[in-house]
Amino acid sequence: MFSTLSKILIDGISMGTIFLFGCVGEILTEKAGNLNLGIPGIMCIGALGGSYGVMLYTNGVTDMSTISGFWLVLTAIFFSMLFSAAAGLIYAFLTVSLKANQNVTGLALTTFGVGFMKFFAKRIDMSHFVEASKYFKNLFPFSSKLGWFGEIFLSHGVLVYLAIAVAILSSLLLNRTRTGLYLRAVGENPATADAVGINISKYKYGFIVLGSAIAGLGGLYYVMDKTAGTTLAEAPIDSFGWLAVALVIATMWKPTVAIFGSILFGALSMLAIDLKALSFSDLKIFEMFPYIITVLVLILTSIFGKKDIQPPASLGQSYFREDR
Amino acid sequence: MSKEIALELRNITKKFDKVTANKNVNLVVYKNEILSLLGENGSGKTTLMNIISGIYFPDEGEIFVYGKPAVIASPKDAFKYKIGMVHQHFKLVDTFTAAQNIILGVNNEKYNIKLVNSRVREIAEKYGFDIDPKKKVHDMSVSEKQTVEIIKVLYRGADILILDEPTAVLTPQEIEKLFAILKKMRDDGKSIIIITHKLNEVMEISDRVSILRKGEYIGTVNTSETNEKQLTEMMVGKKLELKIERAVVERTKPLLEIRNLSINSDDGNPAIKNISFYIRGGEILGVAGITGCGQKELCEAIAGLRKINSGFIMHKGESIVGLPPKEIIEKGISMSFIPEDRLGMGLAPSFSITDNVMLKTYGDGKSPFVNREAAREKAKQLIDKLEIATPSTEIPIRRLSGGNVQKVLVGREISSNPNVIVTAYPVRGLDINSAYAIYDILNEQKKRQTGILFVGEDLDVMLALCDKIMVLCHGEVMGIVHASKVTKEELGLMMTGAMNLTVEQKDKNYGIAKDSNLTDNEWQNAADEQNGGQNDDN
Repeated sequence: MFSTLSKILIDGISMGTIFLFGCVGEILTEKAGNLNLGIPGIMCIGALGGSYGVMLYTNGVTDMSTISGFWLVLTAIFFSMLFSAAAGLIYAFLTVSLKANQNVTGLALTTFGVGFMKFFAKRIDMSHFVEASKYFKNLFPFSSKLGWFGEIFLSHGVLVYLAIAVAILSSLLLNRTRTGLYLRAVGENPATADAVGINISKYKYGFIVLGSAIAGLGGLYYVMDKTAGTTLAEAPIDSFGWLAVALVIATMWKPTVAIFGSILFGALSMLAIDLKALSFSDLKIFEMFPYIITVLVLILTSIFGKKDIQPPASLGQSYFREDR
Repeated sequence: MSKEIALELRNITKKFDKVTANKNVNLVVYKNEILSLLGENGSGKTTLMNIISGIYFPDEGEIFVYGKPAVIASPKDAFKYKIGMVHQHFKLVDTFTAAQNIILGVNNEKYNIKLVNSRVREIAEKYGFDIDPKKKVHDMSVSEKQTVEIIKVLYRGADILILDEPTAVLTPQEIEKLFAILKKMRDDGKSIIIITHKLNEVMEISDRVSILRKGEYIGTVNTSETNEKQLTEMMVGKKLELKIERAVVERTKPLLEIRNLSINSDDGNPAIKNISFYIRGGEILGVAGITGCGQKELCEAIAGLRKINSGFIMHKGESIVGLPPKEIIEKGISMSFIPEDRLGMGLAPSFSITDNVMLKTYGDGKSPFVNREAAREKAKQLIDKLEIATPSTEIPIRRLSGGNVQKVLVGREISSNPNVIVTAYPVRGLDINSAYAIYDILNEQKKRQTGILFVGEDLDVMLALCDKIMVLCHGEVMGIVHASKVTKEELGLMMTGAMNLTVEQKDKNYGIAKDSNLTDNEWQNAADEQNGGQNDDN
């Protein structure tokens, strides 16, 4: 019983990390008042970017055991964030500067991102990826000696801990700093923020790009850690991206809640594989659960109508200064 | 004692396209002074204040702050000169606390919300505000929100405060408290400019009064040396003779009877308070009042777009309360409201004239398909009849000029042969010729024994066009008078709440038609029914 439970928890954390990156990225974007439905596509682009970084670093290497794991991971993270930030910049330019419809722009970017990844994935030389993935996995090798605690909490790769750190830092940023206060003001009521001299475009651009860069790491994590460097062209990253967007709603725009939410979502999507005893058609039901939870959260928050756990008030709307 | 000049405006002119909002305006505010700025709608008060607070930049003229020339190009600049504006519509973030709202945009100190809380308490104590810095804005009353706005300005160290109609949303007790605070601030060395339409408040709070009329500066008087009558005269000016004919038409029995009607505004405050009036066929009833005195809510309630609190709206003796808008239209009641942005209500900007006509006729005929040809024919008729300048019936009306858009809206409403027309600001922003075209249309309808409710802004026009004028002040009827028997000054006094005929002539049974469609008994039954219905709800 305990082993099943710990297995579910471990799987939840390892699967949830993909959602957590996407979710925290989307929260930061939405707090600026922009609903970025391009996140699934941006995660694909992040996966490709990270893979490109790994390829660059391992190109021509004959003995993989001689390379520096630290610089390999850092290069991968850098390229992953660079690619997804560039995609975020496209979205920011269209929705902030040109005031294009956010939903249409985001959906277009997702379609683009998926195709972009699949097309260029064939040009990525993945021959060293499986070996390279060892540097992404299992940050603390001593964890196996620490019994169940080590197995559940310390057996994960570097990106898992990075995701949790990013979520906590984002929460601090949003709630404890002037930047966070201004960002939330921009997302809640841009006219008010503008009237007190806050640069709306600066905040929107900044946090759309930062949010996209963070979300992109979810793609990198899936390729280099979750699938151990074996999958890129066929990776269903976009479908995880949609779950990440749903998770934003389910966690009520709170990055710290998202840490637990992502584990729950992760566990639910892995249950299908863990509970092999059930027949295949029964297993499909677990894939529905994250969405059912999201719908339930929406229903409950709407019924109780607590004003503190609503989406940012200007979410999805372009800001025109002339309107004030 | 010679007083120090805090703020001086010289020859300020501001134009929007062809409309001159401010023309050579001069204004002086001293230190330790409360100055009232008085003027009708569209007299350019708000534009002028927006210039001072950096939202608009003047086309011509100079601004001096404490004797030194000042360039105020943005709200940030205004803060630099220690000028702060408290807007009529609060600019607050609902999910933030008072302190968080106050600190927004203040970058020159360490971010420490506890420090802000205690500084806010300090300011509140100094002037006698009542505020909890940790309370969230969405849990606040209107008066608390206003307090946050004022402290927000004081926190930034403003010495010159501008308050745009601060009393419009407050109860009498809250107003009293606010005035006490304002006087304290004045004695503390601040300069305060207050915009208000209520003359009694002007007399009570201000040291001097400056008057604007149609964008021009009329003059400044010491409050102690003036009275409400003189101020009203300065505000409304001499009566202009307009060449608008007032058609003489035989009147029918009341078409629309409204009794004891109360309506709430969007934010839940009462917008219309227990008013009664009626419209006969073949007459134009004007509704005069400062903008935002319940005109919009009244129009929407008649059209079935807004729930009422209590009271009756009877059309030919039948209640239309609670009917869906479509049925109200079918009864022959048409409503056209021209909001400030003109396109906001009733028309779809990216639709063509034909499509916009169809929005009202889509249900005609039995075919499941809409009849485009008929609508296009109608559009063509409108274009010919109202001389609408457009290349075709099929271009989006967004690309027409404002006047032509309004003609489409009014024309469409009238083409459905209504028996009651409710029209609000139909000539807003129009040039003279287009405006006269609209007056002609209304007069033509009047001759066909249509009852018309005309919500207007320009008193001269209303005096010439309307048969009777109902004056609203903050949702209450101040009087219903014959346009031929009333003076402009009297209207002005009623609009500002300085004169109330319903109180002076209590025995006259205001707004109750003698030849009502319903007998007293039937009214009584209707009232019982309504009360009974309410009891059932409880």
